[in-house]
Amino acid sequence: MKMFRLAATAAAVLLSLGAAQAQTTLRIGLAEDPDILDPTMARTYVGRIVFSAFCDKLFDIDEKLNIVPQLALSSETADDGKALVIKLRPGVKFHDGEPFDAEAAKFSLERHLTFPGSFRKPELASVDHIDIVDPLTVKLVLKSPFSPLLAQLTDRAGMMVSPKAAKEAGDKFGLRPVCAGPYKFVERVQQDRIVFEKFADYWNKDNVFIDKIVFQPIVDATVRLANLKSGGLDLIERVLATDLKEVRADSRLKVATAIELGYQGVTLNIGKDKAKGPLSQSAKVRQALDLAIDRDAINQVVFNGEFQVGNQWVNPDHPYYQKSLPVRPRNVEKAKALLKEAGVTPPVSVDFLVPKGAETETPAQVIQSMAAEAGFDMKIRVTEFATGLKQAEAGDYQAYMLAWSGRVDPDGNTFVFLHSGAPQNYGAWNNPQADKALEDARSVTDPTKRKASYEALAKLVQDEEPLLYLYHRRIIIAHTTKLEGYKQMPDGLVRVIGLKLK
Amino acid sequence: MLNFLARRLTQIVPTLFFVSVLIFSLQQLLPGDPALVMAGEERDPAVIEQIRHQYRLDQPVPVQYAYWIKGVLSGDFGESLRNKMPVRELIAQKLPVTLQLGGMAIVIAFLIGIPAGIVAAVKKGSAWDYGANLFALWGISTPNFWLGIMLIFLFSIELGWLPASGYVPLTENWRASLAATIMPAFVLGNAIAAVLMRHTRSAMLQVLESDYVRTARAKGLLERSVILKHAMRNALTPVITLGALELGTLLSGAVLTEQIFSIPGFGKLIVDAVFNRDYAVVQGVVLVTATIYITLNLVADIAYILVNPRLRG
Amino acid sequence: MTDAALPGPLTQADELDSPARRARRRLFKRKAAIFGLVVLTMFIVLAMLAPLIVPYDPIATSWSLVRKPPTAAHWFGTDELGRDIFSRIVYGARASLLAGLISVAIALGIGVPLGLVAGYRGGFVDALISRITDAMLACPFLILAIALAAFLGPSLGNAMIAIGISATPIFIRLTRGQVLVVKAEDYVEAARALGNPPWRIALSHILPNILPALLVQATLSIAAAIIAEAALSFLGLGQQPPAPSWGSMLNAAQRFLTQAPWMAIWPGLAIFLVVLSLNLLGDGLRDALDPRQR
Repeated sequence: MKMFRLAATAAAVLLSLGAAQAQTTLRIGLAEDPDILDPTMARTYVGRIVFSAFCDKLFDIDEKLNIVPQLALSSETADDGKALVIKLRPGVKFHDGEPFDAEAAKFSLERHLTFPGSFRKPELASVDHIDIVDPLTVKLVLKSPFSPLLAQLTDRAGMMVSPKAAKEAGDKFGLRPVCAGPYKFVERVQQDRIVFEKFADYWNKDNVFIDKIVFQPIVDATVRLANLKSGGLDLIERVLATDLKEVRADSRLKVATAIELGYQGVTLNIGKDKAKGPLSQSAKVRQALDLAIDRDAINQVVFNGEFQVGNQWVNPDHPYYQKSLPVRPRNVEKAKALLKEAGVTPPVSVDFLVPKGAETETPAQVIQSMAAEAGFDMKIRVTEFATGLKQAEAGDYQAYMLAWSGRVDPDGNTFVFLHSGAPQNYGAWNNPQADKALEDARSVTDPTKRKASYEALAKLVQDEEPLLYLYHRRIIIAHTTKLEGYKQMPDGLVRVIGLKLK
Repeated sequence: MLNFLARRLTQIVPTLFFVSVLIFSLQQLLPGDPALVMAGEERDPAVIEQIRHQYRLDQPVPVQYAYWIKGVLSGDFGESLRNKMPVRELIAQKLPVTLQLGGMAIVIAFLIGIPAGIVAAVKKGSAWDYGANLFALWGISTPNFWLGIMLIFLFSIELGWLPASGYVPLTENWRASLAATIMPAFVLGNAIAAVLMRHTRSAMLQVLESDYVRTARAKGLLERSVILKHAMRNALTPVITLGALELGTLLSGAVLTEQIFSIPGFGKLIVDAVFNRDYAVVQGVVLVTATIYITLNLVADIAYILVNPRLRG
Repeated sequence: MTDAALPGPLTQADELDSPARRARRRLFKRKAAIFGLVVLTMFIVLAMLAPLIVPYDPIATSWSLVRKPPTAAHWFGTDELGRDIFSRIVYGARASLLAGLISVAIALGIGVPLGLVAGYRGGFVDALISRITDAMLACPFLILAIALAAFLGPSLGNAMIAIGISATPIFIRLTRGQVLVVKAEDYVEAARALGNPPWRIALSHILPNILPALLVQATLSIAAAIIAEAALSFLGLGQQPPAPSWGSMLNAAQRFLTQAPWMAIWPGLAIFLVVLSLNLLGDGLRDALDPRQR
């Protein structure tokens, strides 16, 4: 009884809240609480979404993955590939009024390169030093040619910070970040909200129409959607594929989607398997597992068919997808035959490490059920993320369900996972030919030549199966019809330039 | 009395010492490397090594413990690995949220539990009594998180009356604040209301059978005034003490409830910190929680002695 | 979660009649307790005979039956992988009941001896055990359980151990308190005067007298442990998929609250019923065993 009365009162209270506000505020619902808002120290996908509201980069990408200038005006790679000259946009100011110039660009890049605990260091590892050519031109001198460098500068490594503020704040810069983006930082309450307001001196201020942006982390997808429907939020990220039908049917909501740059896959332990199970010992067994999986069915059952199935580190629509190596359909008979050829007797027991979370646990169970038909006994071991990482590093698994959020350049989706000895090569796959292909793709800039290198790699990966690429998520953003001008880029970030609130 | 106080106070120090040791050993047991978790998608060995060094994770556990205790004694709880915020600030930011939630839960619990208990006692054996008992059992037997999910389903998704999650500070907009916290507060208060109802009922029954109530009745006083003036006052004092004590267990209950309603309070802070292996935050929050709990226990004990003069001695 | 309600001290054992028989008689006079016992027995039978009862294999997936509402074929509907929810609830009863029983057995197994030692020996040992107990009680129960479960690795067995250890301090404290009361009784004094060794006094004179209180607390703790197991599974630290547990079913259901509310309703209801019947039984036991209420 009491509950209803209280609820009714509260409801009345709520209704009265909808009063008109003079300022326009865009409220964005995030799926997680971002980590530190310092581009040098940040390391989460969700953090990148927030950065795009307040921290401009030297370059950006467009819908077709072309690299376009943002705080830069143009760039030029030296003929030997060992230098990159960047011309900077004039008249740009940081949020604290400091000017953005070659000095500031050099400072930001050097901060990424040298700051203790910087996560950008590996991304910029090819840079030897930075020269100032003139007040609006910097030259990045490289140790060796590195074609993905420009793409790195479209992400956090290309974000420019105010030298004055960064020097003063030291490693606390992320608590009050000062950049050169369309919005400036106002306040942050951990796990609750991050507030930004329009930056009056933004270089592209004519295209900024909303006064304030508030990011709110709401972990539960159903609750996030409920908040969007009730009007508590204007835009939410990571809508569940299974909710998409409902959202599309709602006339007050709009959906913007793109297929992600990353992939969802299963890493197979080849070099570090302590138990020396059949999966690690024979490529045939790994092939059999691959053939046992019906990627389309996973997509249909778990994601209502909204995702895109794949078999490579980039999705089938990506310019670097190797069309000569299409997704192979499920073939249980062939899988069984391969197991026989490999001389193993089913069931093949597999220790299947699965990070906690519905997005991984449900497909893992579908895989388990499919693989069983071909003679695999996939023993799912759900571990929370922290434990799983440690075990993956130690090689305490035989198959590991792992997702990658993806990078603009295919190098970011391959090198650290497939090169022998690379930090995230958890399966310890060691193939000199693959290493060579990866290195070649880094050293040449010509897209055709790069694509050829990646084709060689894709072929090797398909034969050796260190990683079973399964599908690519659809990035699903839903927003109210009040919001106009929203376009989704494949990197999943929410770009705020040009957005209008009715 | 003074003796008792002194004894209780001297117990607090070793208890807190064991709490600190307990937290510290627990986190050593926790698998996973905080530096690795912190690195997220960017796992460069050199960088991870650097983080380990910076946060003294590469030093022996007793050394880490000594550094931490030294900091705590001077009011410095360290900083969050995840976002570099001082733990003290995080606690100062989150504690009021959970206190508001807890306060509301207690109010709800008192508003439901005590009247239900009194009615059940006064009308012992009647349908009222059964109803109240049934309610108490429902409150104790419903899993917090399930009730939370069901409330969200009903009031936010189906009816759209209340926000499904989030928090607005009281100072910013008290109406929105109440709207956002009423469901989680009810979830938390519900279980306590049940406990309070049971205690109120038995305390009232005891008092109603006591000599002075009988005397009051014999003097021809109205039944209502007997209950209101004489019985309630005597019966409720211990119940209220108990309610204060429940505030401590609320902190524990908030752990899941805040998770479900995305309330940025203590409970959410600590669960996220455990899963992110944000050690300094876990340590700080558990220590503060434990201190609050121990203090409330002490206050309740003292209050209990004060209202029960017979126990003084 | 564990605060459910400590029973008041049961001061003396009854010399007259057979206490056990009288307690049983009193228990059966309470309809509520009988109801609890019946429901609980039903769930135990369900759990034990699960393979004979369930219409479907609880882990058999069906791609064409994903998230279908209750029908004649699937009484409780199907889940996100087309599995029969009724069958999963029945098998889930195994996980939940087992978790409740075993974790409380662990808590009793550690807590009672420590409580006996602390209460009987007193002095430094008592102080040490009591302070550690206080320290554990001062930490949020669920946080202790989460940390332990994460340490041990997620599995149903480990969740039981984690809950058991986290629930131990309440039994230490209860046993110790009871021992302190019983210790002062004449017959214990007498046994001591006769030169019986402490362990024999503890086992043959003290333990039997504190059993009723332990039994009541154990019943209530099983209820709390079942909720705790569900909570851990809800957080992904309990039963491993595809094996069903009520908590993990609730966890999966959370994503489909709008589209498939039945996925959340049944497991929640099952937890509620089992915990309710345990609480009813515990209440009944407490009243029946309390010599003050005759």
